[in-house]
Amino acid sequence: MSVYETMRHFADSWGLLAMFIIFVVLCAWPFRPGARKRNHDAATLIFKDDNDGE
Amino acid sequence: MEAVLGRVGLWFLIFFLAIAAIAGAKDSAFAAHATIIAMLAFILLVVTAGRFDPLAKVQGIFRIPTDTTRYDDDPVRWGVIATMFWGMVGMLAGVFIAIQLAFPVLNVEPYLNFGRVRPLHTSAVIFAFGGNALIATSFYVVQRTCRARLALPNVARFVFWGYQLFIVLAASGYLMGTTQSREYAEPEWYVDLWLTIVWVAYGAVFIATILKRKEPHIYVANWFYLAFIITVAMLHIVNNLAIPVSFLGSKSYSAFAGVQDALTQWWYGHNAVGFFLTAGFLAMMYYFVPKQAERPVYSYRLSIIHFWSLIFLYIWAGPHHLHYTALPDWAQTLGMVFSIMLWMPSWGGMINGLMTLNGAWDKVRTDPIIRMMVMALAFYGMSTFEGPVLSIKAVNSLSHYTDWTIGHVHSGALGWNGLITFACVYYLVPRLWRRERMYSLRMINWHFWLATIGIVFYAASMWVAGITQGLMWREYGADGYLVNSFVDTVAALHPMYLMRAFGGGLYLLGGAIMTYNVWMTIAGRLREEAPMTQTPHDPEADRPAVPALAQ
Repeated sequence: MSVYETMRHFADSWGLLAMFIIFVVLCAWPFRPGARKRNHDAATLIFKDDNDGE
Repeated sequence: MEAVLGRVGLWFLIFFLAIAAIAGAKDSAFAAHATIIAMLAFILLVVTAGRFDPLAKVQGIFRIPTDTTRYDDDPVRWGVIATMFWGMVGMLAGVFIAIQLAFPVLNVEPYLNFGRVRPLHTSAVIFAFGGNALIATSFYVVQRTCRARLALPNVARFVFWGYQLFIVLAASGYLMGTTQSREYAEPEWYVDLWLTIVWVAYGAVFIATILKRKEPHIYVANWFYLAFIITVAMLHIVNNLAIPVSFLGSKSYSAFAGVQDALTQWWYGHNAVGFFLTAGFLAMMYYFVPKQAERPVYSYRLSIIHFWSLIFLYIWAGPHHLHYTALPDWAQTLGMVFSIMLWMPSWGGMINGLMTLNGAWDKVRTDPIIRMMVMALAFYGMSTFEGPVLSIKAVNSLSHYTDWTIGHVHSGALGWNGLITFACVYYLVPRLWRRERMYSLRMINWHFWLATIGIVFYAASMWVAGITQGLMWREYGADGYLVNSFVDTVAALHPMYLMRAFGGGLYLLGGAIMTYNVWMTIAGRLREEAPMTQTPHDPEADRPAVPALAQ
């Protein structure tokens, strides 16, 4: 098999599976138990102190 | 003294090398660019040796505050001024080429014909206007969300001025006819190399600031900025791999050939849309919309899903620009499928931005900046719906190469990128120059309506033009010959081109009002004007609410 074909087969089998699993884990990450407070803190950190840094 | 001597030596060396490059240049465009560099080096040489600081004078003109605060905002202020300047240049160039299409006599050969001014327009609005807005807002946002002063302050200044030099070299090159002919990547090899240096420095400043943060979280806007910086670096380097014909000439040849070259170009082209015009501007949205609405983003979780979905899907969508070409069919289908899947994260992000206003919808009525942000998000939703539709092969067979594409691009660029940038500038200017508010809120309202009506004229006329063109091109007569010649379609589109130029003119007029408003705000003036909304006393309505079970 040529290099092109080898890479092409890898891309649409294990490569695809790995990318899909990484994607699902990253999307599920903010939903893990205990993440609610972290998400809230992160969302509200922009209001903590004065904007202009004075 | 030694430092000054060192700098004088550096500028002298650059001056000397530039003069040598002028002498040995293979073509006039390269010589012209070397002349620009030589002049710049000479000015810097004189300034450094003479200890005369023209920058301080200019800072006086723009009334830039000189006191030091917790954050380093000078590059942000310069960025805002550059955004306004290049925005007006780019929009003016756009209106000019729109009128050229309606009245071809305006093609002034050779410097101002359509083929040369068109890349000037696209690069000026995307990279000069949009790029300066992204660099400025990213420096503003990263400092505030990290609670840290900008890292590497000198490098940050180099990024700003280096980027302006890139813009000047690119724009002057287009007018002289030097181009790689790669869409949105027209600058030749030596300008690309310069941009690579500037961009790596930009990434270093941004990442170093995140690394020294005093805040445990990295706010989601910074994720989007980081994705924008890293991906654009990757796209720029791969797409511009080229071999120069001579080291003292402006001509180069792409490292790729044939369909591989086409795919590389559109892998770059579409991801320039995805990561420059989408991810970067979404970063602005995720900071400035919650700040202006004074409410946290509707769902932080949704913003994370929005982020990863965009990153994982956008990178595959490029082949939809090459439907029905020599590109393998499977690659075309892949591009189409990923484009359609992109609809979901795009609308997730739009809903997330709009729902941030949940419970504060009255601000759409009272605050013209919020109104502009809401309209920007609405256009983000509309153009990210239209995009997947156009990527479907059957639709694309009608729409491809027609003005429908141009209409689609402008509903995204004028509606989403333009309006969100204007809103951010209106947010930033009073804060950066320590003014109470913008000079005039009513002018923001005027700008809003001029821009919105301008986009409606633009997009609607291009829909009609595109479908007319597509149907006329494919019309066969009973004898099997094409019914229309190309020039028939051009004649049929003339009224649409006039309407498009009118819409663009309205948008430019809105920009001119904004420039005046920003200038007056910087000058420290406040316009005395009636408030945006009146709630007069209505004696009829002014009575206690009747309890439901009273009678």
